[in-house]
Amino acid sequence: MLKIENLHATVDGKQILNGLNLTIPSGEIHAIMGPNGSGKSTLSYVLAGREGYEVTEGSVTFGDLDLLAMEPEERAVAGVFLAFQAPVELPGVGNANFLRTALNAVRRAKGEAEIDAIQFLKLARARMKVLNMPDDMLKRPVNVGFSGGEKKRNEMLQMALLTPKLALLDETDSGLDIDALKLVSDTVNALRGPDFSALVITHYQRLLNHIVPDRVHVLSAGRIVKSGGPELAQELEVSGYGAIQASAA
Amino acid sequence: MAAVTETIEAVQAVNDGGYKWGFETDIEMDFAPKGLNEDIVRFISAKKKEPAWLLEWRLKAYRHWLTMEVPHWAAVSHPPIDFQDAFYYAAPKQGPKSLDEVDPELLKTYAKLGIPLKEQAILAGVEGAGDSPSEGGRMPIAVDAVFDSVSVATSYKERLAKDGIVFCAISEAVQTHPELVQQYLGSVVPQGDNFYAALNSAVFTDGSFVYIPKGVKCPMELSTYFRINAKSTGQFERTLIIADEGSTVSYLEGCTAPMRDENQLHAAVVELVALDDASIKYSTVQNWYPGDAEGKGGIYNFVTKRAACRGKRSKVSWTQVETGSAITWKYPSCLLIGDDSVGEFYSVAITNNRQQADTGTKMFHIGQRTRSTIVSKGISAGHGQNTYRGLVKISPKASGARNFTQCDSLLIGDQCGAHTVPYIENRCMTAKVEHEATTSRIAEDQLFYCRSRGLSQEDAVGMIVNGFCREVLKELPMEFAVEAQKLLQISLEGSVG
Amino acid sequence: MTAVTGTGPAAFLGRHEGLRGRLPGAALPWVEALRDRSAAAFRAQGFPTRRVEAWKYTDLAVVNASVFGEPLTGVDDALALPPAAGPRAVFVDGRFRADLSALEGLPFTVENLASALPRLESRLGALVRPEEQALAALNGMLFEDGLVVTVPDGVAGGVLELFSFATESERAPAFHPRHLVQLGANASLTLVETAAGPATARYMHNPVFEIEVAEGGRMNHGRLQQEGRDAFFLSTVYARVQAGGTYDNFTMNAGSRLARNEIHVALCGPKAECHMNGVQLLADGQHADTTTALDHAAPDCSSRQTYKTVLSGKSRGVFQGKILVRQIAQKTDGYQMNQALLLSPDAEIDSKPQLEIYADDVKCSHGATVGELDAEQIFFLRSRGIPLEQAKAILVEAFLTEAVEAVADEAIRDAVSRAVTGWWQRQGIQGGIEAA
Repeated sequence: MLKIENLHATVDGKQILNGLNLTIPSGEIHAIMGPNGSGKSTLSYVLAGREGYEVTEGSVTFGDLDLLAMEPEERAVAGVFLAFQAPVELPGVGNANFLRTALNAVRRAKGEAEIDAIQFLKLARARMKVLNMPDDMLKRPVNVGFSGGEKKRNEMLQMALLTPKLALLDETDSGLDIDALKLVSDTVNALRGPDFSALVITHYQRLLNHIVPDRVHVLSAGRIVKSGGPELAQELEVSGYGAIQASAA
Repeated sequence: MAAVTETIEAVQAVNDGGYKWGFETDIEMDFAPKGLNEDIVRFISAKKKEPAWLLEWRLKAYRHWLTMEVPHWAAVSHPPIDFQDAFYYAAPKQGPKSLDEVDPELLKTYAKLGIPLKEQAILAGVEGAGDSPSEGGRMPIAVDAVFDSVSVATSYKERLAKDGIVFCAISEAVQTHPELVQQYLGSVVPQGDNFYAALNSAVFTDGSFVYIPKGVKCPMELSTYFRINAKSTGQFERTLIIADEGSTVSYLEGCTAPMRDENQLHAAVVELVALDDASIKYSTVQNWYPGDAEGKGGIYNFVTKRAACRGKRSKVSWTQVETGSAITWKYPSCLLIGDDSVGEFYSVAITNNRQQADTGTKMFHIGQRTRSTIVSKGISAGHGQNTYRGLVKISPKASGARNFTQCDSLLIGDQCGAHTVPYIENRCMTAKVEHEATTSRIAEDQLFYCRSRGLSQEDAVGMIVNGFCREVLKELPMEFAVEAQKLLQISLEGSVG
Repeated sequence: MTAVTGTGPAAFLGRHEGLRGRLPGAALPWVEALRDRSAAAFRAQGFPTRRVEAWKYTDLAVVNASVFGEPLTGVDDALALPPAAGPRAVFVDGRFRADLSALEGLPFTVENLASALPRLESRLGALVRPEEQALAALNGMLFEDGLVVTVPDGVAGGVLELFSFATESERAPAFHPRHLVQLGANASLTLVETAAGPATARYMHNPVFEIEVAEGGRMNHGRLQQEGRDAFFLSTVYARVQAGGTYDNFTMNAGSRLARNEIHVALCGPKAECHMNGVQLLADGQHADTTTALDHAAPDCSSRQTYKTVLSGKSRGVFQGKILVRQIAQKTDGYQMNQALLLSPDAEIDSKPQLEIYADDVKCSHGATVGELDAEQIFFLRSRGIPLEQAKAILVEAFLTEAVEAVADEAIRDAVSRAVTGWWQRQGIQGGIEAA
């Protein structure tokens, strides 16, 4: 269970999150929607522990862990996975090597045996087939020269391999065609279960037709201003954010 | 696969951070008196039972050295070296006559060094332990080990002899193959070439000698491990490799030294000769003691390495991973004399703490359609200073010559320096030269991306640095590549965060 | 005037001694001190030999061995200049010629150094490092005149042309003008400089520029070096740019027997910028050297350099370019490219691009290429019916275009374009281009 209480955060001295409260029980998928600049990406970076995103007030617990006190890699091995809006390129670092190193870091933390290169390739290839990724994407350097769609699929491959307890999807739908969108949602849906929860951050309702959330929250000026069921997303699609921001103000 | 795993384990066993090769071996040593004069040169020559021509050759070098000045133009700085305050000859007292007599202390040393484990059996004198080249599906490695001034053991000799390959200590080759030594010694790096080469020519004590006969593809990697053990000694090894027409050889060298407060001098000379259609691949993993974080101690690594591609279509490829030494000053070079000959230089150099490296290559295009490739990756961390210095020179007759140079620097922290000084001199209209250089750092978002996938800060740095060096590391033989990757990461410990 | 014979540094040092008390500013102690300091620096260095790293590829032995004399004074040559199209300052043999200049009604101040000297104590020599640059030391010892431009804050100065002519003379004059340009905050100026002389006259033109660009200022400096083919053109430019300011330099090195175009730019305030571009066009017997040193001494600055050299006949081209990024200069963006095209088997190009980096968060790169005209491209053009010579001309122009197009200022770009075309046509007539 993820519990965010009264979260305030600044970036470059600018206040972005202003007392955000949010609880995601295990097994649930929540969506956060909101206009540009409302703090959506900041929230995902704060949860993943990116430097430069300074928490000035509030707390975040994940199960019984104080998430904010942990290093980024500690959060990762504890089961938090951030699918980046703009996946980072790592020149010269082979994708397979990167994925296996990450997977083994997570497995070590879980007390599981590390897997060797052969086992890994088997596992990765199976997942890639599902994601419609060609084999050579394992050999290429991480995200270097990948198209936008390939990068997003590579994020989904990582998520599928690392099987997180909490997935943070930061506008994973941006710039995807309908087929790719379907692959993303299939990957998330396949992970659904009593021990998996997700926070889907999106600007549009489109993705939520494929990943049906349990709850939808509207973020504005760094706070949740409205919450509701999946129908809220449809409502927003029709009326836009303006009405809600106005009523919240 | 097995070999790789073994090497990984061997490497892991000896490194949990910091310089793990800094042990000192307690062996009875035989020293020449401190200092340098003609008598010392004669003493060394006598110890080695050398023929008169070689003594004369050494004395000529010594007399020339006296007229030379210490070079000071490289972008490195160090206090003046007192050449009289060092031993020029140090040898284990029990000079091993055969592999059976190898001092057990020495074998422990190799175990700690992580010399491919199979070879320890050979070095320990287990006869025939290595005489089946392809057991376990891996290629064996023949090893020559040079301990301070002497070659202590060479393995796989008999197996190699079947193909007519000579792989032995150069002091031995002087006795057994004097005509080859006399013909080629100093033919690529003349005695007076530079200050340190002259010094080496006067006092070199040992090193490896390789001769690959016509048409022979050397069936295994040849390897030399160098170690400076004794105090106040310099190491002056001399390596000579001759690849006769149509032959092929891959040679590796690795180096370590104990941790000491004083600076020790390593001034080697390596000469390679490739005749028609011959190919030599020379790989180095240099991990001499770099000194401590404040810059105390460490090896001065002043080395002259040069290859003569004399034959048509001959090829020499230098690959180096330079992680150690307080100061490194070396420019493995190629004289591309034969038409269509090829020179390559792949280099990774890391400087951390107070290390300084000034390294690069010189490619002399003399023959027609000669080609060269230079890929240099410099990594600076801590207060390290890293300089790439290279020359591409194309003579008027080298029509159709080609060079491509890629020269990248990575800076970690804002206390270090990265410098690129390429010289391009072209006197041939039909030649084509391309040079590219870049400077970058490890981006914060790259680190965060790796960490958000569960990698520790240091693993993330290691992975990104290895990625940066990939084009070079892939040129190394498999066993060395794994070792080199580990070394890179260890060398950068404490440099981030 | 003292008749000076002899060669090398001794002759110049002797001239300084001989003219003591007669050179401009002799009554000003600070000028005398500057000349003495320069003389000491020149005495210590002489004409640098190739053992000096900065002169590795350019041999001044021929300069060292030549006899030079004084420029004649007071001789009014019938110098036929077209009427001025715009503001221009004209120097003949290094001396300002008011009669040939047109400087009325400018929104900024233009003076000649010899008369402005008493007011220049804080400016003259502020940027010059005589102990490191021997030719600037020589200039500091013997300068007589020069251009002094002062553009006040916020003033858009427009275009000013600077002509330097040498006259036909048996005396092989050596002249050392010192030009000072100061741009106030947010001021701008385009200075288009042409240096030319008689085709066969021997002379030495050794100008030094000191250029200060204040916050937000913008200086465009175009230089067309078309000196006579027996001349020595030895030029050193120093520029210092403050926050948000820009210094752009384009140099065409086409004339002279031996030319050295040395440029030192220091970016001293955040977000300062520098663009340095140039072409070197060399025919038989010529030697041209462009040496740049870019000092990134403040954060967030950017620099761009593109230099192209075309060599024909027995000529030699040199490019040396150093980018220094100091520890404080984080977020530096530095780029440099130098390319050479060899049109003759007797030509030689030497290139030494150099990076010296002490800050980690920087983007710096350089590239260098050397080659001949692409045979496939020539073939393609010919297969479309274009004759060989024209095909080559098209490709050489294409090669040079990149450097020329990088010139932001239209006045300079046009001038350069014309000069490049003119040079190329002359090569064609002289048959200077060998068959590929």
